[in-house]
Amino acid sequence: MAERIRRAAGSWDFLVLVALVLVVVIGAVSIEGVASPRFWRFVILEAIPIAVIALPLTLLIITGEIDLSVASVLGLSCTVMGKLWASGVHSLPVLVLVCLALGVLCGAVNGLFVTRFGLPSLAVTIGTLALYRGLAYVTLGDKAIADYPTSWTDGAVAPIPGLTIPWMIIVVAVLAILFAVVLHATPVGRGLYAIGNNDEASRFAGVAVGKTKFWLFVATGAMSALAGIFWTLRFASARADNGNGLELAVIAAVLLGGVSIFGGRGGLLGVVGAVVLLGVLRNALQLADVPANALTIVTGSLLIASVVGPNAVAIARARLRRRRPTTSIPTTP
Amino acid sequence: MRMRSIAIGALSALLLVSTAACAEDGDDGTGSGTGEGGIKTGLKVAFLPKQVNNPYFNTADNKGGKEAVTEFKGVYSETGPSEASPSAQVSYINTLSQQGTDVIVVSANDKDAICGALKEARQAGAKIVTFDSDTTPGCRDIFVNQATAEGIAKNQIKLISEAVGPEGGEIAILSATANATNQNAWITLMKTELAKPENSKLKLVDTVYGDDDDQKSFQEAQGLLAKHPNLKGIISPTTVGVAAAARYLSGSSFKGKVQLTGLGTPNQMKAYVNDGTVKSFALWNPADLGYLAAWAGAALASGKITGKQGEKFTAGKLGEYTIGADGVVVLGDPYVFTKDNVANFDF
Repeated sequence: MAERIRRAAGSWDFLVLVALVLVVVIGAVSIEGVASPRFWRFVILEAIPIAVIALPLTLLIITGEIDLSVASVLGLSCTVMGKLWASGVHSLPVLVLVCLALGVLCGAVNGLFVTRFGLPSLAVTIGTLALYRGLAYVTLGDKAIADYPTSWTDGAVAPIPGLTIPWMIIVVAVLAILFAVVLHATPVGRGLYAIGNNDEASRFAGVAVGKTKFWLFVATGAMSALAGIFWTLRFASARADNGNGLELAVIAAVLLGGVSIFGGRGGLLGVVGAVVLLGVLRNALQLADVPANALTIVTGSLLIASVVGPNAVAIARARLRRRRPTTSIPTTP
Repeated sequence: MRMRSIAIGALSALLLVSTAACAEDGDDGTGSGTGEGGIKTGLKVAFLPKQVNNPYFNTADNKGGKEAVTEFKGVYSETGPSEASPSAQVSYINTLSQQGTDVIVVSANDKDAICGALKEARQAGAKIVTFDSDTTPGCRDIFVNQATAEGIAKNQIKLISEAVGPEGGEIAILSATANATNQNAWITLMKTELAKPENSKLKLVDTVYGDDDDQKSFQEAQGLLAKHPNLKGIISPTTVGVAAAARYLSGSSFKGKVQLTGLGTPNQMKAYVNDGTVKSFALWNPADLGYLAAWAGAALASGKITGKQGEKFTAGKLGEYTIGADGVVVLGDPYVFTKDNVANFDF
């Protein structure tokens, strides 16, 4: 038990949470406004689409794959929703279903290329990043569709009664728990780590590698499309450039959360912590009048730290483990 | 363990930087009172351009806006995203409303997408002035418009008429894209202007489209001169077109013989004004635009105006302005750049 606590304390997840607490405490003391409920409302509104995409992407990256097309799927979902609305489809459930189906399709295309044709996901999804964004421009051009009913747009950002925190956080929390259960408490979840560590070996061990990866791409596409619906309603504007570049924010959060870009390592607690950490840091620094150029430097440095950090921790721990037995065995001259 | 302390150290360092930045900026401490002309002192006025690092907005904000805010003894700041996206702008509006900003002067990246954030900022007590690029009228108090379509059309015809001289002759228009709403509105109004008796000696013979593409505009300018040997002047009411046409003319035998005017930026046109290819061109003065927007915001925040049609306010050295329909204030006629003044601008 004590060993488990000690190991947890040394883990990257724990470091992220400690960093989050530190940033919040130092921010609240030194920057006016960080302690206010409004600050948290804005941080959470900003974090919601990132978190929604980061959940499935975490699982995908753990298997050693990546999806760079997520923000383009979000953009495409926005424009299709806008186009349908403009052409008279005024039922929210229908719009949500169509967008989800679209996300599934986009994800399935990615998954098919990777699992059926054995192409590297990096190359495939760089291609679909451009392709899906291009389709978004084909759908709406440089137009913006913005005349949604205020009950929808206000509803999307409405606070939980009596609080300032948006109610959408409940939806995200439920989704997060769902993904966490799958990853950390089911054989499927354990299979993901196995695939990430060695997919050849896990295939021989009976894990359905291709099928698992395919469905993770599908889930990532669907969740990106879902984030697109939220994005459209939150900004009351469907545009082809919605969420441009968001894939970097999402991947930064996943990596900072301790997920190894090579697969096989990481967890959802760290990722959710990292999404909030990045949001708080950005908003707090913005409140402190740090210029935009400096902010991108901070985000960039954190991304580098997140790639180097967990690996350094792992190497350090491995070295420690190796040293321990050698010291206990007396050496003969 | 070592990794952990390094990580924590790095994060604390980040925050130290931020606290230092905060301390440097500090609270204004000026308190508020009422100064000259009923404008409150100590007003926090923040400029939020489409993006930072853009010379046009640097001039509007840091030259014009800052000057005005200093005049009415307010606290000036400029903030904004490094890329021109509406969602990034929303995040900055949220920050400004948390900072208790009195006036937000914003050039909108999307007329609807930043509305929700502006609404929350207004609830927090901020007055919203849009400039350069407007939002939906309901989302802001005042829009400071750089120029009207009529003003631009009138100005362009006047400049080409002056350049060509009293004997007149054939002129042509080099526009952007064939379906650009603003371009077409200006061209229609220019035709109305040409129909007036005082412009009877000018004859519009052709309108071509360079699609706001440098290469295409260059070729179209070349084509115009090949097609119309008696051409005396070209109007190109687009910054890309006028610069490309000027580049073609300055390197051709038509330099100084065929006149060119249009809407251009001083940095692009300086060389051609100085070498005699172009006598004059126009645009609005972004510094004046920022200056007027800051004064409009101050008048709003001081309760002197509410943004209703017919209200009047004084904007420092620019004089008195009247609010038009939909809360729009027009800066005035386009600003004319010539050899004498073009060196004073950097945008």
